[in-house]
Amino acid sequence: MGTGRSEELDLGQAPGRPGRAAYDGPLLAVDDLSVTFTRRGRRDVRAVDGVSFAIRPGETVGLVGESGSGKSVTALAVMGLLPGRGVRVGGSVRLEGEELLGASDDRLRDLRGREMAMVFQDPMTSLNPVVSIGVQVTEVLRRHRDMTREQASVEAASLLRRVGIPDPVRRLKDYPHQLSGGMRQRALIASALACRPRLLICDEPTTALDVTIQAQILDLLRQLVRESGTALLMITHDLGVVAGLCDTVHVMYSGRVVESAPRRPLFGSPRHPYTGGLLASIPRLDAPRGAPLHPIQGSPNDTIPWESGCAFAPRCEDRVDACTTSAPALEVRGNASVRCWNPLPPPGRTAAVQEVRA
Amino acid sequence: MLRFAVRRLMQLVPILLGLSILLFFWVRALPGGPAVALLGERATPEKIAQINRIYGLDRPWYEQYLSFLERAVQLNFGSSIRTQRPVTEEFLRLFPATVELSLAAGIFAVGLGIPLGYLAARRHTTLLDNASVTGSLIGVTVPVFFLGYLLRYVFAVKLGWLPATGRQDSREFLDAVHPTGFYVLDGILTGNPAAAWDAAKHLILPGIALGTIPLAIITRITRASVLDVVNEDYVRTAEAKGLLKRTITRRHVLRNAMLPVITVTGLQVGLLLSGAVLTETVFAFDGVGRFLNLAISNRDFSVIQGFILIIAVIVVVVNLLVDIAYGLVDPRVRAR
Repeated sequence: MGTGRSEELDLGQAPGRPGRAAYDGPLLAVDDLSVTFTRRGRRDVRAVDGVSFAIRPGETVGLVGESGSGKSVTALAVMGLLPGRGVRVGGSVRLEGEELLGASDDRLRDLRGREMAMVFQDPMTSLNPVVSIGVQVTEVLRRHRDMTREQASVEAASLLRRVGIPDPVRRLKDYPHQLSGGMRQRALIASALACRPRLLICDEPTTALDVTIQAQILDLLRQLVRESGTALLMITHDLGVVAGLCDTVHVMYSGRVVESAPRRPLFGSPRHPYTGGLLASIPRLDAPRGAPLHPIQGSPNDTIPWESGCAFAPRCEDRVDACTTSAPALEVRGNASVRCWNPLPPPGRTAAVQEVRA
Repeated sequence: MLRFAVRRLMQLVPILLGLSILLFFWVRALPGGPAVALLGERATPEKIAQINRIYGLDRPWYEQYLSFLERAVQLNFGSSIRTQRPVTEEFLRLFPATVELSLAAGIFAVGLGIPLGYLAARRHTTLLDNASVTGSLIGVTVPVFFLGYLLRYVFAVKLGWLPATGRQDSREFLDAVHPTGFYVLDGILTGNPAAAWDAAKHLILPGIALGTIPLAIITRITRASVLDVVNEDYVRTAEAKGLLKRTITRRHVLRNAMLPVITVTGLQVGLLLSGAVLTETVFAFDGVGRFLNLAISNRDFSVIQGFILIIAVIVVVVNLLVDIAYGLVDPRVRAR
């Protein structure tokens, strides 16, 4: 399978593996991805609709949006983890040029855990309660790196140490219920990074953790990504996470990307009213006491189908007539791409959100 | 672990005390009595009184109960009125047969129920799944004795494939010796494969009759449990690791899905022993259950009381063993 075994055992840095050098396109290229859930007797639900983005090696890309915007489904589609029945996937997902949609189950199993790995939202439920931490970390090493039991447990201990779990040798024998939430997420990150994947997808990895632990986990991810050169796809609804971590950000709404921009311009001058609303809704420490919060009006349920206009139109304060008659396309405006008939003006209007960069 | 076991065994004391009182009054509340059963409906009052005096049934009830209790704690339940032999001895003689039958039923129920439940879950909403749900519904509702007679009629009487009654054909019985009382095991131990095979054949129909209700229950629990577990986050994590399907099934799905199945299987042990009364009677299978049924017909008080108390102890001990086994599988229980 592509790479030889010998260099995989080398514990050095991951990028630039021999045999891969010839390819210099993006590590992950998602092109016009669509995911439709079908159920007999129900209307089809298009959860992801024409999403395109790319990730270069070593880059961190954020996929931002509220619940139901399709960001997790996008990640699952990339990993090939969507259920086999009742789902239609269209478009293209290429990892180092190799098409993943329609790839065989065996091939995907070889790639998952080795070339691409994923960390999920809830560490309390993402570890198997009746299997020891040691087995849950070593199983991926034994599967993909052909290690013996002994080699794998030595490597697992060093992985646990790298993600900041104290006394790792003893922890290998522990079961998930003996670890705190933060420690469990570290163990999950350790097993995701075990084969030094070239792509790591984190689906809200800190949402289920308390705030101090969130910061630690984000620091850990930032450090691991820097050290290993792994490309990171960060899925989150937390703009603070984006601000601290991501190079490029894609904002999703109702299954489509509504704005794509590098981090700084996005935070400095969001162009889509939805992005602007998200940024404006962040509570500010320097606001005067009692200053009202600025939520985005309505709920994600107040949406219209993209076929008949902009899905965000019912909640949008800058709505114009065009918004409810036809769907805007994703157009390049300055250094961002925006899907809007009436985008926010460039710099000025929401300058206050600069602080969010933290 | 030891403290847990001891605590559980201590619970036996109130259970057995309560049960002994219930039993004591229940057998005496049955119409007729041992004397009538022995002598027939037209026995003279003098004869009945004589029998009652021999067995101490003319004494006040509290005296009877206390002396019963006093002997019971020494594992002495008196002698069978019908066979004149000590109750404990009768039990030990018959118990291997019932264990053998229960094992056959258990192997049938577990060996078929778990794979069937697993397949039904993996083929969720297909024909196989619907068939297993319907089948297990029928399985739990069909009465044991009805199924027993049906099986016997079809496979023994009509088709002649399997023996209808007993534990061993008399022809084979002549050379068969029984050092342990477990006939299949005896056949193997004494180098008599023909006898072992014959004894095994005698277990098939009663084993199926007795195992059908547990089979239905285990199938349903396994199906429901697997359906739950395959949607767990940790199974998705395992998939994201690119593990092989069989590793995911064994380590991540089955190991978790088996937890409720173990509990339910343990609870079936009581059901097997009570079902054995009916099954052994239908198949004239010489075990504890059939003997107990005869004892009830004959108002054989000491046998009824003794057998049921011993069975109660066995059920509690087996459930304790199941709970210990559960702890071996689930580390969260072990910790407590």
